[in-house]
Amino acid sequence: MTRRRLLGIAADGALILYFLFALFPVAWMVILSLKPANELFSTYFSFSPTLDSYRTVLGAGEDEGVPFVRFFVNSLVVSLGAVGLSLVIGLPAAYAAARWRFRGSENLMFTLLSFRFAPELTVIIPLFVLYQQLGLFDTYVGMIWVLQLVTLPLIVWIMRSYFADLSPELEQAALLDGYTRKQAFFRVALPLVKPGIAAVSLLAFIFAWNNFVFPLILTSSDAQTVTVGALSFLGGDRPKYNLTAAAALVSVVPPLLLALTIQRYLVRGLSFGAVKS
Amino acid sequence: MDSSTEADHGAASADDAAVAGAPEKASAAEPGPRGRRGPGAERSVPAWRRSLRPYLLVVPALLLTGGILYPFGLGLYYTVFDFAASKPQPDLVGLENYRRIFTDSSFWDSAWVTVLYAVGAAVVETVLGVAVALLLHRSTLVGRVLEKVLILPLMIAPVIAAIIWKLMLQPSVGVVNHLLRPFGLGGVQWTDTPTGALLSSIAVDVWVYTPFVAILALAGLRSLPASPFEAAAVDGASWWFTFRKLTMPMLWPYVLVAVIFRFMDSLKVFDIIYALTEGGPGDSTVVLQIRAYLEAIRFQRYSFGLSYMIVLWAVVYLAAMVLVRYLGRIQNRAAEVPK
Repeated sequence: MTRRRLLGIAADGALILYFLFALFPVAWMVILSLKPANELFSTYFSFSPTLDSYRTVLGAGEDEGVPFVRFFVNSLVVSLGAVGLSLVIGLPAAYAAARWRFRGSENLMFTLLSFRFAPELTVIIPLFVLYQQLGLFDTYVGMIWVLQLVTLPLIVWIMRSYFADLSPELEQAALLDGYTRKQAFFRVALPLVKPGIAAVSLLAFIFAWNNFVFPLILTSSDAQTVTVGALSFLGGDRPKYNLTAAAALVSVVPPLLLALTIQRYLVRGLSFGAVKS
Repeated sequence: MDSSTEADHGAASADDAAVAGAPEKASAAEPGPRGRRGPGAERSVPAWRRSLRPYLLVVPALLLTGGILYPFGLGLYYTVFDFAASKPQPDLVGLENYRRIFTDSSFWDSAWVTVLYAVGAAVVETVLGVAVALLLHRSTLVGRVLEKVLILPLMIAPVIAAIIWKLMLQPSVGVVNHLLRPFGLGGVQWTDTPTGALLSSIAVDVWVYTPFVAILALAGLRSLPASPFEAAAVDGASWWFTFRKLTMPMLWPYVLVAVIFRFMDSLKVFDIIYALTEGGPGDSTVVLQIRAYLEAIRFQRYSFGLSYMIVLWAVVYLAAMVLVRYLGRIQNRAAEVPK
């Protein structure tokens, strides 16, 4: 019995060790972001905390020439735009793929999924050239369009499995009641998968928000997002650690908050429905 | 993608036939208006329009797919020219770019670094992720509390994670060396030596993505049937025997999904390395996607950089096909095991 208790304590200890590794960096960023600039490199754990870094990053303090709030708003606009558009386009496609087997349906689905695994740079260089010609470079429309590569496959694949889990008899009953197919979709099927839509939208938003390569190459200033913007404070001859830490923390707040609200649905989303739970 | 999707699909289309056929039968059996619009509402839609319906629903997605496939095709087309900033009037060079890539030693160096990174990250994440999942599955108080924050690193953008680690790994002022100083290890040049830079970037990948493996493995563990484990416990089987003969074989299909995702994503790693080492020191962490970025964007040799990307795309695509087929076989076998 003592042996088992010792093993139990060892297991808990190992778990705590892993979580120290997992959580320490975030805690350290909080500490770093609260340090005054002159104490950054001196003592490590004792300092007089200040919110100056946040004031600077969010634009109320001295100007560092990095419009971080603007980047934050840009991230919001393009991520929300991409998710909204993906829902409008993706929900009908997911429904069709779940309810009908039609010529090319599997190919279309696989093509969509293959976007998930394609290296981003493959399309980004031609897109860069195209965007320059079409005037989409460094614009919201351009970013929203390209972020579909991230959000649409996610939404179609997951919503397809939600629709497939729904018994077709429900819509059948609606048709018997005299609904048209369209009404059956909007009034019966769609309300029933609402939790799925909510979860997948949040997950798609997080993925779009966290994307780095697209804004790095397809934006320069007007539509630049936080993932690229957070790097700005590291540039120059004197990297500003406290500002970088504050910017990093501010930029992870939205995805973290959303993730905590959809924790229950995460598994299905992260694995594109390959593991059902 | 896999066999279970295939099965879902078959069931859905069979049911659909019933949906489409139902209104006719119903109205024949029970004539007269029923409901607001009457049972004829669906039947009044001509058959050709009904058969067209799924296509209409996917048209927007199709257009968008085309909108992305077009630049992909364009990219493929560019690779047979020598298009570059220094050569704005490109000549048709055929497969010359590819020939140059495969005869260039820096390509093979990059390919090697990429494979080291992908295999290293996938292996460490699998072992660590499964271990964390097993520990959490014991469901002690500590486990239940920690499980809530498991996803935290996963939701942080990898580039932000790399920035965080870059700050922590600074040789002179970083907190990692500060904490190691009492052990006489205060001066490690984490990202300034070739091996250190590669290991550091793998460590960041592990930090970000281990929770992904752990979450999928935990979901798998929780869906395993209880009876084989109860039987093993009755027989007095050791923990190691149970793990090797029961847990791992049954869990493997779930873990494999995570491994495939992680391996294929690591093959095309970009953001972590871009923010942590920018490929340095020297060329030591120039993975294929970084090499393509440097060639195409930094040095503006568009066609040459694109050819790198097409090669990487082909490798990832082939790897995906092989791994997904293997996954399908494993899942089929798992489905045959009576539960």
